[in-house]
Amino acid sequence: MDSATWIAMISIFTAGLTIAIGSIGPALAEGRAASQALQAIAQQPDASNTITRTLFVSLAMIESTAIYCFVVSMILIFANPFTSSVAETAAQAAGG
Amino acid sequence: MEISPDSWILYEWKGLRLNATIVFTWVVMALLVLGSRAVTARLSESETVSRWQMMLEVIVTSIRDQIAEVGADDPGRYLPFIGTLFLFIATANLLAVVPGYVPPTGSLSTAAALALCVLIAVPLFSIGERGLRDYLSAYVQPTPLMLPFNIVAEISRTIALAVRLYGNVMSGTVIVGILISVAPFFFPVVMQLLGLLTGLIQAYIFAILAMVYIGSASRGRRDPDGPSGPRNAAETGG
Repeated sequence: MDSATWIAMISIFTAGLTIAIGSIGPALAEGRAASQALQAIAQQPDASNTITRTLFVSLAMIESTAIYCFVVSMILIFANPFTSSVAETAAQAAGG
Repeated sequence: MEISPDSWILYEWKGLRLNATIVFTWVVMALLVLGSRAVTARLSESETVSRWQMMLEVIVTSIRDQIAEVGADDPGRYLPFIGTLFLFIATANLLAVVPGYVPPTGSLSTAAALALCVLIAVPLFSIGERGLRDYLSAYVQPTPLMLPFNIVAEISRTIALAVRLYGNVMSGTVIVGILISVAPFFFPVVMQLLGLLTGLIQAYIFAILAMVYIGSASRGRRDPDGPSGPRNAAETGG
C-alpha cells in the first residue's frame, strides 16, 4: 500500500476513535451536572432561575470538550492536512 | 463535503474573492442595522407603543438584566458590546431556517474574529475601570510565578471561545448534511430544530462568557470571594 492509503486508513480509524473516546467523558459529566441541578431545583425551587442559567453555562463548557474532539475528527476526515502534502510529494516524484 | 462556508466563492472580481461567509455576515449586519433603524426611527413615549418597539424594548431590557445578574454594577456600560455579540450570533444562527443560507458563525474565521473582539475588550474595559497599573498587577496576582499561566489562560480561553462556537454551529450543518444522504426528509428536520436551540444557547453562552471574562477582569481583587454564580463555573471550566 502506498502512503496515501495508509494516511487515509489511519485518519478514518483515528477519527472514529477520537469521537468515541472523547464523547464518553462529557456524556458522564453532563449527566452528572444535570442530575445535580435537578436535585438542587427540587430542594430549592426558588433558586431555579439561577440554577438553570448556571446549568446551561456549565453544560456548554462541558460539551465543548466533546466539540473539540468532533472538530478534530472532522478535520481528520474532510480537511486532512497530510493527504495534500503526500499528493504534492508524489506529484514531485512523478515529475522528476 | 464542504465543512466551511469560506470555500464557497460567490463572486470573484480581479482576484478579490467574495465568499459566502462575508456575504452572509453582511446580510446579518444589514438585517440588524436596517431593522433596528426602521424601528427606532419612530419611537414613541406615549401610551400606545408599536409592537416592534415593544420587541426591541423587551430584548434590550432582558439583555441588561442578564448582564446585571452576572454581576456588573453598571450594565449600561457593557450593554452595547455584549448585546451586539448576542444579537449578531443569535441572528446568524437562527437564520439557518432560511433555505440557501449558511450560518457565517460556522466558519472558524467569524468565530475567531468574535473571540478576538472579546480578547481585546477584556483589557479595554478593565483598564477603563481600574487603571493600567491595577490591571497589569492582576497578572502577577498570587505570585509572579503565575505570570506565564495567567497569560496562557487568557489565550487558551479565547481559543476555546472561538472553537466552541465554530464547532457547535459547524457540527449542526455537517450532521444535517450527512443525515440528508442517510435518512432524508424527516430526520434532518429534527436535527435542524435541535440546531436552532443549540444556536440560540451558543449565542447566550458566548455573550455570558464574554461578560464573565470582562466582569472578572474589571472587578479583580476588590471582592475575591464575591457572589458565586456562573462566574465560578465558567472560570474553572474555561
